[in-house]
Amino acid sequence: MNSRLVIGASVAAALSLSTTAHAGKTLEAVKAKGYVQCGVSTGLPGFSAADEKGQFTGLDVDVCRAVAAAIFGDAGKVKYSPLTAKERFTALQSGEVDMLSRNTTWTYTRDTSLGLNFTGVNYYDGQGFLVTKDLGVKSALEMDGASFCIQAGTTTELNLADYFRANKMQYTPITFDTSDQTIKAFEAGRCDALTSDQSQLYALRIKLKDPNSAMVLPEVISKEPLGPVVRQGDDEWLNIVKWSLFAMVNAEELGVTSENVDEMKAKSTDPNVRRLLGIEGVKGEWMGLPDEWGYSIVKHVGNYGEAFDRNVGKGSPLGISRGLNALWSKGGIQYAPPIR
Amino acid sequence: MAPQQSSQTSTSRVPLWRQPTFRAILFQVLLVLGILAFGYYLLSNTLDNMERRGITTGFGFLSNEAGFGILKSLIDYDETHTYGRTFLVGLLNTLLVAGLGIVFATFIGFFMGVARLSKNWLVARLATVYIETFRNIPLLLQIMFWYFAVLRPLPRPRQSLNLGDAVFLNNRGLFVPQPVAEQGFWLVVTTLAVAVALVVFIARWAHRRQDATGQQFPIVSVGIALIVGLPLVVFWLSGSPMHLEYPALKGFNFRGGMEVIPELAALVLALSIYTGAFIAEAVRSGILSVTHGQTEAAYALGLKPRVTLKLVIIPQAMRVIIPQLTSQYLNLTKNSSLATAIGYPDLVNVFAGTTLNQTGQAVEVIAMTMGVYLAISLVISMFMNWYNKRKMLVER
Repeated sequence: MNSRLVIGASVAAALSLSTTAHAGKTLEAVKAKGYVQCGVSTGLPGFSAADEKGQFTGLDVDVCRAVAAAIFGDAGKVKYSPLTAKERFTALQSGEVDMLSRNTTWTYTRDTSLGLNFTGVNYYDGQGFLVTKDLGVKSALEMDGASFCIQAGTTTELNLADYFRANKMQYTPITFDTSDQTIKAFEAGRCDALTSDQSQLYALRIKLKDPNSAMVLPEVISKEPLGPVVRQGDDEWLNIVKWSLFAMVNAEELGVTSENVDEMKAKSTDPNVRRLLGIEGVKGEWMGLPDEWGYSIVKHVGNYGEAFDRNVGKGSPLGISRGLNALWSKGGIQYAPPIR
Repeated sequence: MAPQQSSQTSTSRVPLWRQPTFRAILFQVLLVLGILAFGYYLLSNTLDNMERRGITTGFGFLSNEAGFGILKSLIDYDETHTYGRTFLVGLLNTLLVAGLGIVFATFIGFFMGVARLSKNWLVARLATVYIETFRNIPLLLQIMFWYFAVLRPLPRPRQSLNLGDAVFLNNRGLFVPQPVAEQGFWLVVTTLAVAVALVVFIARWAHRRQDATGQQFPIVSVGIALIVGLPLVVFWLSGSPMHLEYPALKGFNFRGGMEVIPELAALVLALSIYTGAFIAEAVRSGILSVTHGQTEAAYALGLKPRVTLKLVIIPQAMRVIIPQLTSQYLNLTKNSSLATAIGYPDLVNVFAGTTLNQTGQAVEVIAMTMGVYLAISLVISMFMNWYNKRKMLVER
C-alpha cells in the first residue's frame, strides 16, 4: 500500500512537470557557462587534431577559437568534443555541442532534413584517391574492381558509388568508424586505395610509416565545400558563427594580420579597416557582441591566410597550396561580404 | 456465550473504498494509466522537439535510395536499392554471424567443459588455462586481436596462397569455388528431403524395436549413409547437374567463387572462443550437479565412462546447462554488434551507422535496431525455454 502510494505520487509529480523541453538561445547559454562547446574530429592533422599535450589545433579549431574570441575576447574559452562522422550530427542536434567545426560537407540533404544550418565554407575541397606507388595506377579510371577504405557515414561513400556507377566500374567498399582506422587498414593492405577529401588524404598520408610510398591520384570526383554547422532556429548564433569566419577572410583582404592589428587599430584611416576592428560605423551589439569582436578575432586567431598557412599550408607538414581557397582577388573563390 | 455479532454482518454493505480487492484493482489501474501517460508524454515531447528543430520524422526514409555500397551482402544489393534494403542486408549479416558463432561456441564450450573435468592432468590444466584466459579479456580486444592476427600475416591478392587453382587465401579473404546449380538439380534436393524423412522414420522404428526387444540398431551410421549417399547416387545418375565457378584474379581482386571475408572470420573466431569459455563453465557446472551416485551406479552396471557420460550424465546435466546456455546465446548475439570496430557490415554498422548518418533520423533508426535485437533475443529465449521444458525432469 505504501509503496504503491509512493509510485503513484511520483508519477503524478512527473506528469505535472509538463513543460516541454526548450531549444534555448545558444548565445545566452554560452555566455552563462563561459565557453563554447565545439564539435571537432577525432584527429585529422591540419583541421582538428590534439597534440601530445592534449591541445587542439587546426583550421576547424581556429574557427571555434574565432567565435570564442568574438564573444569573450579570449580565444582559449573553448572546450572540444571529438566526434566520429557517425555521431557528429546527432551531437549537434541534441545540443551536446554548440557548433560543429569538423570538415563537414555542405549538402542539400544535410542543410534541409537534419534541422541544421551551414554558416559558410572555410575550405573548398574535393574527393580524391590515395594509392601506393607500387600499385602502378596513374588514374582513378584504371581502378575497376578495386577495394576502397572509407570512413562510414560520409559523403565519400555516396560519391564513390556515384562515380563508379557513372563510369560503369565495380568496386568494393570497406567502411570504418574513424579516419585512423582507414589509414591503418590501407597500410595493412586490406584495400587498394583510400578515398576521402583531398585535404584529408594529404593529412592521412603523413601518418603512414613511409609517406612517400603513397601518392594522391589526380582525379577530383566531387565538390566538397567544408564549413561550420549550427542548429536551425537560432538566427543570432548563426550570424555570430557566420560573421566570425567572414571577419577572418575580410581581414586577409584588407591586409590586417595578428601582428599589425594593434598598429592598424591605432593608426589606420581606411574606413573598411576601421569598421572591421569595430572603431566606427557598425555595432557589435547587433549580434549581441562587444564592438571589438572583429579586433579580438584577428588579434587572437589571425586572419584566414595566417590560419591557412600555419595549419594546412606552407607553414605546416601538409603543405597544401591555396588553390581554390585563395582570395577571390588572387585567383581563388574565398569571398566574404563586406562589413558595413 | 457466543460473541455478539457487530453491525458488520455479511449481509450489510461494506463501503466500496474499504474493500481490499477494489482498492487493489484501483491502484493497479491508476499505475498502468500513469505509466502509459508517462510514455505518451515522452513520445509527444520528443516528436514536438524534433519538429521544432526542423528534424524530419517518420519512417518514410526507408523507401529512399541508399546510394552507398556494402562490403558483403547475402542478398542482391547495390547502391540503387533503398534504405529498407540496407536494413535487411545488415540483419542477415548479423544473423549469419550469430548463427555461426552459436554453433561453434557450443561445440567449443561442450568440449572444453568436459575436458576440464578430465582425469588426465594435462588436458584438465590446458582447458583451465583456456577458460580463464578468454573469459577475462574484454571481447573488443579479442576481436581486434583476431582481426589483426588474421589479417597481417596474409599476403596481398597478387601473392595469394593457393591450393591448386581452386582455393585462394589472401588478406582480402578466403576464396573457394562456388557450386552453381544447373538444370535438374532440384531432383537432388528432393532426394535429400526424402532421405531425411526416411532417417527420421527409421530412427523412430529403431527406438520402438529397442524398447520392445532390446536389440540395438546403428541409427547414426545408417542415417549418415542415407543422407549423404542417396543424393550423391541420384546426382551421378542424373549427369552431375552442377558446375563449380572458380575464383580468378582479375585486376585488383578475385572475382567469382565464394568469399569468406577476414572480418567475418575474425568476428566468428573471437565470438566463439570468448563465449565458448563461458559455455564451458556452464557445462562443467551442469555435469557437477549430477549426483555422484548416478555415475557410480552406471559403472556398477558395467557401462563404460564414455557411454555413462553420454546416456546418464549429460541428459541430467542439461537441466542446469540450458538456462545458462540461453543467456550465453543472447550475449553472443548482442556482442556481434561489436562488428563496427573492424568494419564487418552487420546491422549496427550498416543501418545504425551509415544509414543513420546519411538520413540523420537517429530516433527511428536506433528504435528499429533495438527492436530487432529484442526480437532476436526473444526468439532464442522462446526456443530454449521450449527445449528446456522438454528436458525437465518430471517429479513423480
